[in-house]
Amino acid sequence: MSLDEATVARIARLARIEVEEARLPGLARELSNILGWVEQLGEVNTDQVEPLRAVMPIPSRRRDDVVTDGDRRDDVLRNAPEAHDGCYVVPKVVE
Amino acid sequence: MTDLTALTLKDARDKLKTREIKATELARAYLDAMARHRDWNAYVTETPDLAMAMAEASDKRLDDGEGGPMEGLPIGMKDLFCTAGTRTTAGSHILKGFEPPYESTVSGKLWAAGAVCLGKTNMDEFAMGSSNITSHHGPVASPWTKAADNKPLVPGGSSGGSATAVSGRLCVAATGTDTGGSIRQPAAFTGICGIKPTYGRCSRFGIVAFASSLDQAGAMARTVEDCAIMLESMAGFDPKDTTSADLAVPNWTAACARPVKGLKIGIPKEYRVEGMDPEIDAMWQRGIDWLRDQGCEIVDVSLPHTKYALPTYYIVAPAEASSNLARYDGMRYGLRVPGRNLTETYEKTRGQGFGAEVQRRVLIGTYVLSAGYYDAYYVKAQKVRRLISDDFLQAFEGVDLILTPTAPSAAFREGDKMDDPVAMYLNDVFTVPSSLAGLPAMSVPGGLNAEGLPLGLHLIGKPWDEATVLAGGAAIERAAGFDVAPYGLEKVA
Repeated sequence: MSLDEATVARIARLARIEVEEARLPGLARELSNILGWVEQLGEVNTDQVEPLRAVMPIPSRRRDDVVTDGDRRDDVLRNAPEAHDGCYVVPKVVE
Repeated sequence: MTDLTALTLKDARDKLKTREIKATELARAYLDAMARHRDWNAYVTETPDLAMAMAEASDKRLDDGEGGPMEGLPIGMKDLFCTAGTRTTAGSHILKGFEPPYESTVSGKLWAAGAVCLGKTNMDEFAMGSSNITSHHGPVASPWTKAADNKPLVPGGSSGGSATAVSGRLCVAATGTDTGGSIRQPAAFTGICGIKPTYGRCSRFGIVAFASSLDQAGAMARTVEDCAIMLESMAGFDPKDTTSADLAVPNWTAACARPVKGLKIGIPKEYRVEGMDPEIDAMWQRGIDWLRDQGCEIVDVSLPHTKYALPTYYIVAPAEASSNLARYDGMRYGLRVPGRNLTETYEKTRGQGFGAEVQRRVLIGTYVLSAGYYDAYYVKAQKVRRLISDDFLQAFEGVDLILTPTAPSAAFREGDKMDDPVAMYLNDVFTVPSSLAGLPAMSVPGGLNAEGLPLGLHLIGKPWDEATVLAGGAAIERAAGFDVAPYGLEKVA
C-alpha cells in the first residue's frame, strides 16, 4: 500500500498533528515503506486464528465501586499550562 | 580503597549491612561520577539532594539493624516512571515541566525497599527507538568505544540512559522498560545484564504508556544476581493495573545459584538469519557450548513465524501508541502551543511536542486503526501475534529455555541506520518475538567482538519462569567470565 500526500495529510488531521506541507512528500515515502514492509503478513494464512488481545491469561477483575482517591484538585492543577480559580483555562470550545 | 562505584549491587549491599561503608558515601561516589560524565547525557534529571536525604535515612535504618532488601543502594530511574514531585518527561518535549502528583507502583516499591534515587535516566522519546537518539534531551553516548578509535557509539534503546549509567558506573543498577527489546538490546550494547519479566509481573501503573499490551518494566545491572535482587523489589501484584498478575514473587536471587544440569536448551533455527554477522554467530555457538559444558541438553527447535514478528510488532505497537498518546492535548499538563482555535491548538501542540519518530508511529497507528483498515492491518496483526505466541508455547513443550543472540550487531554510531526507519527497526529482530508472546527474557554479556565491543546472549523462558531464565543467565555469566569494563574504569572488584 502506497500512501499519497493527501492521505498523509488526512491521517495527520485525524491524529491532530500539524504537518507542514514541505514534510508531506518525505513522510509519504517513509510511511509507504513501512506499510509495504508490514504487508508481508498477507502471506500468512490466519483464517482459523483468533486474534490475540491479552497475551497472558489474566482474568479480568472487578472491584467495589467506591472512591479510592480524589480531593486533589490543587495537586492536579499544578501541572496545568494555564489555570484560574481552581479550574483549567482552555481555548474557547463553543463559538 | 577501591572505587565504591566498582562494587556490584550485592557486594555494596553486604558492605552496607556490615556498616563497612555508608549509604551516604556510596551515594556521594555515584553523584561525583555523574558530575564527571555529564557528556554521556545518561541522566535527564539529577536528584542529588533527594539522593543524600534518602541515603541518610537509609544509614539510620541500617545503623538500627533495619532496612529493606535494596536499602541504601543508589539507582537510576528511567524517565518513563512517574516520580512524585520529580520531573517526568518520557524523553518528550510534550511533557515539558511535568511533575507527577503520584508515584508509579514500581518506583514506589523500590523506594519502599530502601533504594536511593540518583535521578531520571535518558531514553528514546516515549520509549520509541533502538539507539536513544530520539530523546528530546539529546542522544546518550555509550561508555564503550571501539578499540581503534574513540568516536561515540549509541548505547542502544530505548533504555539507553539506564544502560550507560549502569555500564559507566553512574548507578549500581537502573530500571528499564521493554516493549520490543528496550531493556535487552541496550544491555547487550553496553555489556551489562538486563531482564524483562513475564508480561504482568511488574505493575504498569504510573509508567508512561507506549504499547500497553507489550510494555513491561525490568531490571538492568552489572550481574545476573544483581538483576534478580532488584527485580524482586519491583515485581508483585498491584490492583491498580488490571493486567497485573496475582502471583507471589519467587526467590529469584536463590535461582541464580541453581545448577543448570539437565536443562533442555532450544536453539531456534529461524534465528539464523541470512547474512548474519559471523561474530554474532560465533558468540551464539560459544553460548551453546558453555551451557552444554554445564550439563544442558541442546535441542533444535522451530519457531516458524519468526520472520513475521517485526511486521506484526510495527502494526500492534504503533496502533496502541496512537491510542495511548491521544491524551497529550496540551490542556491539562505539559506543553501547550496556542493556535487560532481549539483544533489548531491540539495540532500545533502535538506537531511541536512530538519528535519525528513518535509522529511517524502515531501516524502509522492512526492509519491502521482507521475505518476500512482496522481488520486488514490491526486484526490481522493480532492473529499473526497468536501464531507467534503459539510457536513459543509449542517449543516450550520440549525445552526449558531458548537461547539466541540479543541483537544482530554490536553498537553503532550516532547517525548510522538513520535514513531508513525499517533498518533501525531490524535491531529488535531477536527480541520482538518474545515480547509479542509476553515471555520473560534476559540479555547477558557473551564477550567482545574483534573491535572490542560487547555482544549479548539472549535467554527466553516459559511464562512466569524468570527463575530458570536467571539460572541460565548465571550459568552463561560464570562461563563467559565477562569482567571487562569500558575504557577508563577498573574491573569489577
